[in-house]
Amino acid sequence: MRTSLRLAVLGGSAVFALAVLPLVGRQALPFSAFFDFQGVDPAGIIFWQIRVPRALAAFVGGAGLALGGAVFQAIFRNPLATPYTLGVAGGASLGVALASRFGLSLVVVGLSTTSVAAFAGAMVAVGVIWVLTRLRPELSSTTLLLAGVAMNFFFSSVILFAQYTASLGDSYRIIRWLMGGLGGVDMTTVLHMTPVVTLGAAVIFWHARELDLLATGTEIAASRGVAVAPTRTLLFLATSVMVGGVVAACGPVGFVGMMAPHICRLLVGSNHRVLLPASVLFGGAFLVLCDTAARLVLFPAELPVGVITAFLGAPFFLWLLVRQVGSPSARP
Amino acid sequence: MSSPKIDVEDLSLRLGEAEILRDVSLRVEKGEFLTIIGPNGAGKSTLLRCLDGILEPSQGRVLIDDRPVSGFGRRELARTVSYVPQPEAGPLDYIVRSFVEMGRYPHLKAWAALTEVDAAAVTDAMKLTGVIELADRTMSSLSGGERQRASIAAALAQGGSILLLDEPTSFLDYRHQVQILDLLDRLHHESGLTIVAVTHDLNSTVASSDSVLALKGGRVAATGEPAELLDAEVLAAIYDADFRLIAGGHRGLPLILPARNGS
Repeated sequence: MRTSLRLAVLGGSAVFALAVLPLVGRQALPFSAFFDFQGVDPAGIIFWQIRVPRALAAFVGGAGLALGGAVFQAIFRNPLATPYTLGVAGGASLGVALASRFGLSLVVVGLSTTSVAAFAGAMVAVGVIWVLTRLRPELSSTTLLLAGVAMNFFFSSVILFAQYTASLGDSYRIIRWLMGGLGGVDMTTVLHMTPVVTLGAAVIFWHARELDLLATGTEIAASRGVAVAPTRTLLFLATSVMVGGVVAACGPVGFVGMMAPHICRLLVGSNHRVLLPASVLFGGAFLVLCDTAARLVLFPAELPVGVITAFLGAPFFLWLLVRQVGSPSARP
Repeated sequence: MSSPKIDVEDLSLRLGEAEILRDVSLRVEKGEFLTIIGPNGAGKSTLLRCLDGILEPSQGRVLIDDRPVSGFGRRELARTVSYVPQPEAGPLDYIVRSFVEMGRYPHLKAWAALTEVDAAAVTDAMKLTGVIELADRTMSSLSGGERQRASIAAALAQGGSILLLDEPTSFLDYRHQVQILDLLDRLHHESGLTIVAVTHDLNSTVASSDSVLALKGGRVAATGEPAELLDAEVLAAIYDADFRLIAGGHRGLPLILPARNGS
């Protein structure tokens, strides 16, 4: 199949995920709900005011995480890199853990305390990375990767401390948030996260060629004319802020960000001018699908979507990898 | 094509406490082929990176056609100087054509498609290096020699007239070494490129070059034509090793053999 056709198929799945999957749920909605923009019927209200915002949040979140993974895997030249590698999710989780533990109330412009605390925590992690790259611009990507890992361990230890000393109820709330979920999102959430993700995505898309070269090697990138250090710092910051926005809304949903870029590379190749749009479409559609499953599996209760992503994603990913082995037509 | 000349003036480079290069001066004329030799850790690759502005010297400067490298923009410099580093494997795999197209980066806008000029440069570079038949293969599926030719193709697609190579024939078997050397000869004589190559290959690469610069401990130990440096005493001083010379090498030069104890 040609690359453009594969992209079109991904685009089709994204449209399907956004238009059709919200019809599925506790109450299966008739397709007519789709055209009931005004909310005349209850079906129209459920569709447009509850399920569509949630599907949109899942799509924007999945797209942002997949983009973040694609960028970090290219810059770190490491297939195991995730959007959380530099500690963004760890920082966000720490923010939420501390806010829950100390009962802080941080409602800002309609954002919940959790979202504000998560985004603030994520920005602390971004700040640490920014200071590191400012103080030592010559730091290799590997060193930064290790710094991120160390930071994640540090955040985890403080989170464990907060949990250990918290009441049972607070402790459960923290754990529940750490699993990631879209239960509480509404149109406000979507309106808050979308600009952040769009801004990050715009910076990333603008640097598609630079990502190709950085993935090939920093020396080659430099000799081809890429200003390596400033480009890398800009991409780190844009990606981390974008991922921070996603995590503040959806919690640290795992696996999508690591796996989606790999699946897209198997489908359309490593060229970032194709890979980035593919990651947006696949990551977005995949998280909408997982969230639909999360709404249904334990019906009438709801499962955190983070539990589903790896459960559905990992076997599919393994199947793709195994199928690819020994196939000479494995795409670039 | 009029290739620029390179001047290095009193270049020193320190990394922390370590002094990697000290008072290095050299000149490469338009269209000249210079090889840089010397023991491991002598600063050869570091000097090459300074020529491409990837590393900034602590003292002294590098001039391309009398213009300091530090005054070039990164993309502007990339349109003049191309660099073929030692191969390093990345996690992402590209097809050969995509990889060579990346060489056009300094000529491209962010999302603009390749123009006819770009496409022609890519095709020419792949033809010249003989990787056009490999255009749709992945880089990881290539042999070492094919990959080295693809790397040179990408550097040529960049459109510069100065080509810097770091150990272009290392890790290659004899047939592939010969292919690379033939390619360098063609780029030197037919395309008129200015070429600087770091190498340990005294018998072929050095013997094909116009002039040689030997580094030892970050300083220039010797310079001259290949005939002057391919000498038992000169080489012994550069490498702290004994050599045997045998008549019958390339272009009437002697063949160099490292001498083992008792041989």
